[in-house]
Amino acid sequence: MATNKEIKFSDDALALIEKIIKRYPEGKHKSAILPILHIAQAEFDGWLSPEVMDYVASVLKIQPIEVYEVATFYTMFNLKPVGKCLIEVCHTGPCWLMGAEDVVRYIEKKLGIKNGETTADGMFTLKTVECLASCGTAPMMQIGETYHENLTLEKVDTILEEHRNAGVRRTHWEKEKIKS
Amino acid sequence: MGRQLLLDNLDKPGINTLNGYQETGGYESLRKALQMKPEDIVAEVQKSGLRGRGGAGFPTGMKWSFLAKPPGEPRYLICNADESEPGTFKDRYLMQRKPHILIEGMIISSFALGANTSFIYIRGEMMYVYHILQKAIDEAYAAGYLGKNILGSGFDLDLHVHCGAGAYICGEETALLESLEGKRGNPRIKPPFPAVKGLWGCPTVVNNVETIAAVVPIIRITGEEYAKIGIGKSTGTKLISASGHINKPGVYEIELGVPVEEFIYSEQYCGGIRNGKKLKAVVAGGSSVPVLPAELILKTANGEPRLMTYESLAEGGFATGTMLGSGGFIVMDEDTSVVKNVWNFSRFYHHESCGQCSPCREGTGWMYKILSRLLDGKGETKDIDLLWDIQRKIEGKTICPFGDAAAWPVAAAIRHFRSEFEQYIKNGKSDVKHYYRINNLQEI
Repeated sequence: MATNKEIKFSDDALALIEKIIKRYPEGKHKSAILPILHIAQAEFDGWLSPEVMDYVASVLKIQPIEVYEVATFYTMFNLKPVGKCLIEVCHTGPCWLMGAEDVVRYIEKKLGIKNGETTADGMFTLKTVECLASCGTAPMMQIGETYHENLTLEKVDTILEEHRNAGVRRTHWEKEKIKS
Repeated sequence: MGRQLLLDNLDKPGINTLNGYQETGGYESLRKALQMKPEDIVAEVQKSGLRGRGGAGFPTGMKWSFLAKPPGEPRYLICNADESEPGTFKDRYLMQRKPHILIEGMIISSFALGANTSFIYIRGEMMYVYHILQKAIDEAYAAGYLGKNILGSGFDLDLHVHCGAGAYICGEETALLESLEGKRGNPRIKPPFPAVKGLWGCPTVVNNVETIAAVVPIIRITGEEYAKIGIGKSTGTKLISASGHINKPGVYEIELGVPVEEFIYSEQYCGGIRNGKKLKAVVAGGSSVPVLPAELILKTANGEPRLMTYESLAEGGFATGTMLGSGGFIVMDEDTSVVKNVWNFSRFYHHESCGQCSPCREGTGWMYKILSRLLDGKGETKDIDLLWDIQRKIEGKTICPFGDAAAWPVAAAIRHFRSEFEQYIKNGKSDVKHYYRINNLQEI
């Protein structure tokens, strides 16, 4: 994936990162690690390769191990490549009572992949996640920053079709929101 | 519908903007507060009887009074917006719809505590709410509500939003502090408490979103007036996240003291059980609190009507009661399998255990494994006793309350629905529907 490209944040990303680091007192810049890793996923194909993590360590002037131990703790950081469109279906308690498994099974069948897998064209990855605090509008799934709630199978069709047509990579911190 | 102190004017167009919020009296509480002495604000919050709305229900004024004030050391106020307790979605709703009430609450509370830098720690999944909050903060800076010498008071405050990255444990306040310091979210051993040594070793208060937002109406109407709402030590209003098999899921602001039966069946709240089914069980305060069967959630063991208060829901202890917790009210109809539900929760706790304490790290996995075996029709009678034994050995034996939160749902399911476990063991998996469907959906 990112290995052949030079790993370097865009100017917009660097400006934002500088702004974020200033939020924390001097010497406490390590606090910026989570936001910066989100930005890194948006900048570098939606996942954190070891090279990207090393680069983040150099930007933050901390040891690579400090980045690895954080990146491996938090579930939103992808340590393997993911499709352009990462579909995260909530499967906890209330969503599950309201038919989350229908959503998962339907997407599996529709895309011909299992939970955790990516389609051959690299477009979609399906992942089940724990409670996204959207229990009153269950079942639901998240793609990029967007919560898709009160899902029906028809809605799932429409949403996936829109993403396929757009063909744009979606990450938790959406790339267009880095420039602001 | 009772008094709406947090969700009032929610349908007013533009309530999510500074102007819209100001048109409904927004930031008037801040103007009033800045005329008060900080210690008088703390006293007002103490008088209100406000209790932590994140789940623990600890008196907010008392928590504030514990904050150490060593000279020359900064103090911090952190808003816990890491809402992740299954069944709870009130904070996201409030922040999304009315971000400025949280910003105003943060400024008043920071002033009361003498904090000049404050953070809102929001869970990473809610990145779109992060941007909503950031926009509201930018508006507040431009209006002179944040920054240097706020409204000429001489008080300075910088407020920042900080995003997490997917870890339920970061809702535990010391794990949240670790995370905010840029580390893994492993809870700290207490003492020292955050009020003495918190963020970067400095005195810190961590409060839930709803708690901080409630400070705004408390200043507006006074603590004394706020305390008149509710019953006994359950004062004021509470946001309840209602989900599951009900006609009208959503966030409701109730005056504490509404009978549970009214909350479930009345048209102004949940509107009854959907599809004309009967009520089977309720998890009243987020996934961590004990599940109660219909008869015990509607009435206490003494036959008194159960009320939506901290005390009434807890009446009877864990033998016959539960907790108000975060107000994540999950309703299950007669077709629901409590065993499957607790299996689902145990998968959640297994996934979310931070791994620091052995009883929790290993125990949550064992419980999930045993429950999976049971659902697979391969359970044995001794498995029920084994589950009971494991949950007992997790409860109270970990650094943070996560262990209790993982143990209680399993204990309550066995306590109140033992026969259902036995049925799975006797009949195997063929006895029960395999999974829950989207409402009225027949075929995929």
